[in-house]
Amino acid sequence: MKINDLLNHTSEWLKGTGPNSDIVISSRIRLARNLNKYPFPHWASKEQLEEVLAKVSDAVSRINMLKNSTIFKLAELDTVDKQFLVERHLMSIEHSQKTEYKAVLVDDEEVIAIMVNEEDHLRIQLMQSGFNLFEAKNIINRLDDSLSGLLDYAYLDDFGYLTACPTNTGTGMRGSVMLHLPALVMSRQIERVLAAIAKLSFTTRGLYGEGTQASGNFFQISNQVSLGHGEDEIIENINGLIRQIIEQETQARQILLSKNREVLEDRVNRSLGILKSARIITSQETIELLSMVRLGCDLGMIRDIDRRTVNELFIITQPAHLQKLENKKLSSDERDLKRAQLIRKKLNLMNA
Amino acid sequence: MLCDICKKNQATVHLTEIIDDQMTELHLCEECARHKSAAMEQQFGLSDLLAGMADFGKPEQEEENSAAKCPNCNLTYADFKKIGRLGCGDCYNAFRKYLAPLLKRIHGSSQHVGKSPLAKGKDSVKSNRKGTELVNLKAEMQRAIQKENFEEAARLRDQIRAIESKKDKG
Ligand SMILES: [Zn+2]
Ligand SMILES: [Zn+2]
Repeated sequence: MKINDLLNHTSEWLKGTGPNSDIVISSRIRLARNLNKYPFPHWASKEQLEEVLAKVSDAVSRINMLKNSTIFKLAELDTVDKQFLVERHLMSIEHSQKTEYKAVLVDDEEVIAIMVNEEDHLRIQLMQSGFNLFEAKNIINRLDDSLSGLLDYAYLDDFGYLTACPTNTGTGMRGSVMLHLPALVMSRQIERVLAAIAKLSFTTRGLYGEGTQASGNFFQISNQVSLGHGEDEIIENINGLIRQIIEQETQARQILLSKNREVLEDRVNRSLGILKSARIITSQETIELLSMVRLGCDLGMIRDIDRRTVNELFIITQPAHLQKLENKKLSSDERDLKRAQLIRKKLNLMNA
Repeated sequence: MLCDICKKNQATVHLTEIIDDQMTELHLCEECARHKSAAMEQQFGLSDLLAGMADFGKPEQEEENSAAKCPNCNLTYADFKKIGRLGCGDCYNAFRKYLAPLLKRIHGSSQHVGKSPLAKGKDSVKSNRKGTELVNLKAEMQRAIQKENFEEAARLRDQIRAIESKKDKG
């Protein structure tokens, strides 16, 4: 597979299917794993990083579950390609910087991604669309078992899997659920919800992981604690919290519908109107308007546009995606023009 | 000293924050520090916070020896406090007595109860299996206690004791 093959593919997490997919965009599990005796990437020499990359590349090539996957060495990718992978949630922003001896493995379905030599030697990620953490855990668990048969993991009976940062020690597991919570934001209840989440030692992030602001009413919620609880227990805890948030968002949507239907319909349709007719649009404005359109789809206010198209627009309007589609470098102003063009084409096609 | 945020609890965590090039000292209770940490994680990255946590341990904590060094990767405990990252897996053994309380503060526990790698060598198969069985039983016991299913918890406790006594002898 080449990076360009991904352009015509819908990432697993954007399919818009799966349980509770009106509110939950995607579920993700990631495991942090390291090789015994090898210094963690930040503390390793070039030779050691090279050896780790070679060992991991060899191991993944022997695993049946990974036979339809490709490993990309980051030093061989250009800036747009790297950003493209970040936009598709296949790797972190940090991984795209200082790329020597770093790699990312991606499977054809974009369900599995493995970052090599990020903060830990391996960061294994599994994506599912909708609210589906247990399914994600079951698949990643099998993959991890296969890998542990081929690689000597750094592990102690009492501390568990050993990671560069002590916040990941233990299971090395982080479960994240990406939620779309426009009604809680509009009804100004979101601060209360986020405060409650923080109190329960969960973290909230924006669309693009660590250090990013929540935009377009998207919130990614994940566990903070990785030690002292088993994997299933951690997931049960996240699930319990997510179920409560889903319920609150559903309620907030119902209240908006019953008390402010006209206002809501106005916002949804104005957003769609702008997207269908704008000539210049930034990626931030796009995300915010698409968020309203998605809500309109979920509530049956917009019937001629499906959720998958809206989801796809979120990603293909990102800077690197636009440049890949145009097959050339574009300045920020040029992107705003092309973005508006692309959105008009996609949305006006739908109900033509 | 009282916590700067809630002004109610004793301040036990002390942080230095830089706002508009001005250094500000913050004295927080554990609860407020935890909230703050979520916000800080976004702003600075965790290493600053962790370094802060490692510095201000509870009084009963063992005197730290910053020169302590990992024999496998040569990272010192002072390095860890500076960068907030360990150097390799062996660091966990080298700094065990400082890390156990730190892990406890971060996670509320320093005992892993999740899965373990598939064992390869014959020796490790034996010890690993026993270890895994134990942690699974302990986790199950905790769940039983949470569900107030005390009969089940007692049964599990006896099973755990039986395994532990075998482990001590063998
Ligand atoms: Zn306080
Ligand atoms: Zn070490």
